[in-house]
Amino acid sequence: MSDSSHGHEVEPVSYRTTDERGRILLGLDEHRSRRTDTNPRAEKRAERQVAGMFVLSAVLFVGAIAAYLFVPKYDIIWVPVLGDVSASNFSIGGAIGLGTLLIGIAAIHWARSLMSDEEVVQERHDLRSSDEARAELIEKFQEGTAESGFLKRPIIRRSLLGAMALFPLPLAFLVGDLGPAPGNKLRHTMWGNKPRTRIINQGSGALVRPEDLSVGGLINAIPEGLVEVEEEEQSLNERAKSAIILVRMNPEELKSTQGPNWDYQGIVAFSKICTHVGCPISLYQQRTHALLCPCHQSTFDLSDSGKVVFGPAARHMPQLHLDVDEEGYLVAVGDFAEPVGPSFWERG
Amino acid sequence: MNVSASARRRPFAAGALLLIALLTTGTAYAVTSSALTPKAAVAADADLISKGKALFTEGCSSCHGLAGQGGSAGPSLVGVGAAAVDFQVGTGRMPMAGAEVQARRKPPVYTQEEIDALAAYVASLGAGPDVPKPGQYDFSGADVAAGGEIYRLNCSQCHNYAGSGGALSEGRVAPTLMDSTPKQIYEAMITGPQSMPVFSDKQIPAEKKQEIIAYINYLQNAPDPGGFALGRLGPVTETVFLFTLAFGVLVAIAIWIGTKAR
Repeated sequence: MSDSSHGHEVEPVSYRTTDERGRILLGLDEHRSRRTDTNPRAEKRAERQVAGMFVLSAVLFVGAIAAYLFVPKYDIIWVPVLGDVSASNFSIGGAIGLGTLLIGIAAIHWARSLMSDEEVVQERHDLRSSDEARAELIEKFQEGTAESGFLKRPIIRRSLLGAMALFPLPLAFLVGDLGPAPGNKLRHTMWGNKPRTRIINQGSGALVRPEDLSVGGLINAIPEGLVEVEEEEQSLNERAKSAIILVRMNPEELKSTQGPNWDYQGIVAFSKICTHVGCPISLYQQRTHALLCPCHQSTFDLSDSGKVVFGPAARHMPQLHLDVDEEGYLVAVGDFAEPVGPSFWERG
Repeated sequence: MNVSASARRRPFAAGALLLIALLTTGTAYAVTSSALTPKAAVAADADLISKGKALFTEGCSSCHGLAGQGGSAGPSLVGVGAAAVDFQVGTGRMPMAGAEVQARRKPPVYTQEEIDALAAYVASLGAGPDVPKPGQYDFSGADVAAGGEIYRLNCSQCHNYAGSGGALSEGRVAPTLMDSTPKQIYEAMITGPQSMPVFSDKQIPAEKKQEIIAYINYLQNAPDPGGFALGRLGPVTETVFLFTLAFGVLVAIAIWIGTKAR
């Protein structure tokens, strides 16, 4: 299978390195004829297979159009492995997908078994350009410099350099304008806006009374007045900071709170924002009093001042001081004693 | 006359009179109320409780104590209510198959009649949530979209957005809701089984619970027009599936292209 039509190519065998026993270490194997090269019937069969796949893909494409036109849009059928699927999706997608796949398979089959299979080695030339080419490039560059007059016309040169020097300045101003700085917004939540803020059950919208919450129970809650503030500000920022969970446990199971008597008869209130990276969490397991963050598995013990018992969080969950007002509603005495959510540079 | 008049003045007389008065009203009440309540129902109730007690002694007392007071292996059942029994035993979680971190759903061991008896007995130990009536968990006409909102607020943290469940701490899991009946969902909310917090009717009103049930029912029956539901567990499952299966197929095709035909 020698070939003289490829000028730069070299006989594969000359690239081969073998060990003392004649095993090939590097380079191509001995040329081996395919069944389609030696057996005309195999060749004919491969040809028929390739053509068959092309014809089948053509039929499938027509089938896809038919499926689009005739398969009812909302029918659900059961297909093994896939489960319940839309009949229309399945038939259109299946026909187009299979048809495209068949074109690909047929093309590869054609190339592998019928097209020429001579092994050729193509030499790569050096990466370094020839000395003449390098000299020519330098000469062209100098010629261009002279023709542009960059050296001969100082006024143009200096004004260009001045423009280039000032180009980054407006960007520096724009970067300086990122902000404004948050100020103390990260340190305070709505619970501190006024003393003794009532608590709203986020699910029902009702004010929470202590007797609403069973032992072992959980309520996702927000401060009273939050909805009004949100409508005014057209933003969810206050909700993101002030969301809390209320849980109730037997008072004797409560080991500690972050301040003296911060619970109300076993009801404790904690921020809902994880102190690690700020995922909202209410994944509370009432028997162990563990609050688990689904993002990175930080776990807080709500019966013990919300301290971290597992995971990457470095700070305990901030707690609210609870009490009951004269009308019997649960209230937060004041704001959290520390910023809620993840740490930030200026937090200290 | 004199005797009684003087007796009335004696210090014991007032007490004796009060005792007689109480006894009379008590007896009268007992007679009237038993006349009002059908005797058969009372008998059946007592019958159910004693049948439940027998079942309890046989199947539950080794862990929960002979009087349901709890023991080293099981919590006290005083005050858990009939709903808790109906849920735990009705979903096959109780009796537990062995010492596990968490009781898992399995085919129930007891028949519904036996479960009712057990529930009646445990309810007689102390007041607790009753088994919900069909009207309480009937979700026909409930707003599915509103239910979705409450579900995402209160349930999705543990049970996943599509109700397929998820992991908790220390090997415990929040179970999938795909097999739960409306009654079981309602019971789980009012009793807070195992790790789950309680969501009493004061925390989530009954009609909101019906909306949640309507939403879960919608999830249970939602088709997957694209196929491959993959437990609806989200991007992690889909990525694992793509990496193992699709990449495997692509590698196989690459190898097929790269090898010389025979």
